Amino acid sequence: MNVYSIAYKNLLRKKTRTALTAGGIALSAWVLATLLGFNRGYQQGLNRDIDQMGFQVLLTAKGCPYEAATLMLKGGTGLRYMSEDVVKTVFKNPEVEKVTAMLMQGVFDPNKGENGAISAYLGVDAETFPAMKPYFEFKQGSWFTDNNAYDAVMGYEAAELEQREAGDKLLIPGIAKEIRVVGVLKRTGTQDDGTIFLPITTVQKLFKKEGKLTGLGIKVKKDADIAALENRLYDLPDVQVVSMAQVKSTIMNLVNSARVIVLGIAGIAIIIAMAGVINTILMSVLERYAEIGIIKSMGAMPLDIFKMIWMETALLCGFGGAFGIGLAFLTARLSEAAVRYFLPYAPNGALVALDPGITGFAFLLIVTGGLLSGVYPAWRAARVRPLDAIRSEGE
Amino acid sequence: MDGVSFDAYAGEMVAITGPSGSGKTTLLNIIGCLDNPTSGALHVGDKSIFGGRRELSERELTRIRREMFGYVFQKFYLIPTLTVEENIMLPGAFYKAPGAKAVYEVMKMLCIERRLRHLPGELSGGEMQRVAVARALINGPKVILADEPTGNLDSRRTDEIRGILRDLTRQGITVVMVTHNLELAHSADRRLEIRDGKVHAA
Repeated sequence: MNVYSIAYKNLLRKKTRTALTAGGIALSAWVLATLLGFNRGYQQGLNRDIDQMGFQVLLTAKGCPYEAATLMLKGGTGLRYMSEDVVKTVFKNPEVEKVTAMLMQGVFDPNKGENGAISAYLGVDAETFPAMKPYFEFKQGSWFTDNNAYDAVMGYEAAELEQREAGDKLLIPGIAKEIRVVGVLKRTGTQDDGTIFLPITTVQKLFKKEGKLTGLGIKVKKDADIAALENRLYDLPDVQVVSMAQVKSTIMNLVNSARVIVLGIAGIAIIIAMAGVINTILMSVLERYAEIGIIKSMGAMPLDIFKMIWMETALLCGFGGAFGIGLAFLTARLSEAAVRYFLPYAPNGALVALDPGITGFAFLLIVTGGLLSGVYPAWRAARVRPLDAIRSEGE
Repeated sequence: MDGVSFDAYAGEMVAITGPSGSGKTTLLNIIGCLDNPTSGALHVGDKSIFGGRRELSERELTRIRREMFGYVFQKFYLIPTLTVEENIMLPGAFYKAPGAKAVYEVMKMLCIERRLRHLPGELSGGEMQRVAVARALINGPKVILADEPTGNLDSRRTDEIRGILRDLTRQGITVVMVTHNLELAHSADRRLEIRDGKVHAA
C-alpha cells in the first residue's frame, strides 16, 4: 500500500471518465508521433531518392520549370529537349568524371490501371547509365548492351504491373514495334521501380527525337569543386543546371519549415488533451474533498496528498501516451497510404518512420505536459484542511 | 467553547453529549488536533500540544495526529476502491507501514478477517464501522476519537461497536466519543454534557 497504488485505484473509480481522458491523451500522442515520424520518413526517403540518382548534377533543357527536377526525380516527362552536343561540351570540364545522357518519354496507356496512366520510358546509354547505378540488382536477366537494340530493362513495379518477365515482349502504346524484355530489376525503393529503361538511341528512333536529350546526369570526381562546375554550366546556352545538393537543401528547408508547423499542430493537440486532464483530475479532487480531508486526518502530509494526485495525472498521461504511440505504430502504414493519396510527390520507402528517438521524445513530451497539468489540481488537494473537508461533507 | 476543562485517563471511555450546535464536535476536533483552540492547553500523556504562544501549523498538527490519535466517524469514510485490508493499511501509506501480521491481528480482533479482500460496497454498516475502527487502530494510537460512531447503525450493530470500544479501553486506549445515543453515553465511564459551549455535567 503506497501512494502510487492509491493513485492507480483512484483512477479506476470512474472508469469511463478515466478512459475518455486517457483516450484524448492517446489521440494527441498518436498525432504527435505520426507527424514526427512522417517528417522523419519524408526526409529520409527524399535523401535516399536523391542520393540514389547516381549523379550530383542534372542538366535539363532551359525553360523547364524548377519542378522539372521533381519530375525527373519522379521519373516524369521533361518538357523541353536539348541537343546531344551538350555531352561533349560538359565532358571538357575537368571536374566531370562521368556523364550519362537520358531521354525521357511518357506515353498514355489506356490499359494501365483503372482509367489509364502514363508509362515512363527512359532512354539511357547502355554503357554509362549502369555505371551510375551500381546498386541496381537484377531479379532476372541483365542490362542491354547495344544502344540500337529494341531491348528493355523493366523496373520491379513496372514489370509487376505489365506482368512481364525477362524474355517477354513489350508493346509501347501507339508504336508498332515489339520490344524484348532482357532484364527485370529488383525493388530499389526509388522511382526507378516504375520506369522502363531502353537504349537511348532506340528511344530517339521510336519517338522521333534523334539527337535530342531531356537530361544529362553528371557525376563529379571525388573532392571536385561542384560549385565551380555548376557556375560554368550556368553559362551554357539553352540548358538549366539542377544541383541535387541544392534540390536537397531546398527541400530540406521546406521539410524543416514543415516540422515547425507539424510541431505546432501536435502542440495544440497536446494542449487540448492536457486541458482535459486538468478538468478530470480537478473534478476528481472536488468529488473526493471530504475523503482527502479524512486521509489528512489519518496523518497524510500535504506533500503526500500532492504526490498522490500528481501521480494520478502521471499514470493517466503515461497510459494514454503509451497507447497513443502504440496506435501510431499500428496505423503507420495506413497513415502512409493516406499521405500518398493526398501528396503530389512522396518519396518511395516508408513515409512514416518511427524510431525509439521519436517515440521516446513524444512520450516524454506527453508525460511532461501531464505532470505540468497535474500541478494545480494536486496543489488544490494538498491545501485541503481536514476540518473544512469533514464539515463540508456534514453540511 | 467556553471554559471547558477535563481530564481523561488511559483506558477510560468518555462520552460527550449535548444538543446540536452545542460545541461537542468542536471540542472533539480540538482534542484531535484537527483545529487550533483560541486559548487553552492540551496535554496527551507527557506531551504538551497546545498551550504555547503560537498556532501550530498544519504539518505540526498532522505529525501529532498520526502519532497519537485514531479517528472514527459517523459516515465511516472508507475509500470505495480499496479493499478492507487496503483501507486498514491506508494510514501506513503515509506514516509507519504496518506489517501484514499486525493488520491481520487487528482484523481478527474486530472479527472482519474473512472480509480481507472485499470492497466497502460489499459490507454491512456494522462491518464498515469495524473496518473504520481497525483503520483508526493500525498506527497504535493512544486516543481514539469517535464522532457519532453508531449514528448510521441499527441497535444490534450499535451494541457491537459499543463492545468493541469497551474492549479498546481494556487495552489501555482512551476513547473519547461524541454521541446522541443515550444508551451508548451511559455505557461510558464518564459523561460530559456540553451546552452552549460550556460543560454542564461530568
